[in-house]
Amino acid sequence: MWIYEKKLEYPARVSGPNPRLAKVVITQYGGPDGELAASLRYLTQRYTMPTGRGKAVLTDIGTEELAHMEIVAALVYNLIRDASIAEIKAAGMDGYYADHDKALYFVSAAGAPWTAAYIQSKGDPVTDLHENMAAEEKARSTYEYLIQLSDDPLVTDTLRFLREREIVHYQRFGELLQHVYEWKDSQKVF
Amino acid sequence: MMPEQIQLLTQIMALEFTAVELNLYLDTHPEDQKALMDYNAIAQELALVKDRYSRRFGPISNFGSAPSQYPWAWVHEPWPWEVTF
Repeated sequence: MWIYEKKLEYPARVSGPNPRLAKVVITQYGGPDGELAASLRYLTQRYTMPTGRGKAVLTDIGTEELAHMEIVAALVYNLIRDASIAEIKAAGMDGYYADHDKALYFVSAAGAPWTAAYIQSKGDPVTDLHENMAAEEKARSTYEYLIQLSDDPLVTDTLRFLREREIVHYQRFGELLQHVYEWKDSQKVF
Repeated sequence: MMPEQIQLLTQIMALEFTAVELNLYLDTHPEDQKALMDYNAIAQELALVKDRYSRRFGPISNFGSAPSQYPWAWVHEPWPWEVTF
């Protein structure tokens, strides 16, 4: 069960219409290393985590990623909401506009639709936690590239917050991996 | 949004972020008593501020977790992606 809170985890401010920036930021909504992939990956892996600690970390980080997906959506929505057709065409976002108007859809920066092939759920907690640590680093790199591409200081501020969260999640997954190794050792009978 | 609503909402966002961070930390350090005391203190303060906000500006959360005045205030705008601070 989930309860919705009518607030963002962190403000998503924009300086004005900027479809060129929206076109790349959307990759953290529906791209290969984006927040939809992150939340669904963790929330589907949690069922086969062997300990209460593992189930808690996957549930809580998966839930926080849903909040990050909402922040990215708010950025994209506000970057395209007041953009003119001329601005959308100049930004090369006319292909997206033809299919979705100014609605939010799960695509990468290059326009590829989201696919479950972006994520894995392997059953072996050691394998899954390695995947998750890699995923956090891939998301951190993506936020760094987006910060390089951003010409809106307000958007950059929100991207920096999201980048920092990837580092914290990486840390927690690393601690959980250590805990799972210890748990596996404790299961051995000689 | 009125300045008072923005001020209370900002306070909730700050407190809850602290709670999120402590929650994740406690998931992998369940025996850290100092962190647990901090978490419980924040949880208490957050509940008070959310209650104050919900009474004044409508429910901050759905499905029975906060009461509403008449008429049903959950439907009020702005929604989070429409809030410009």
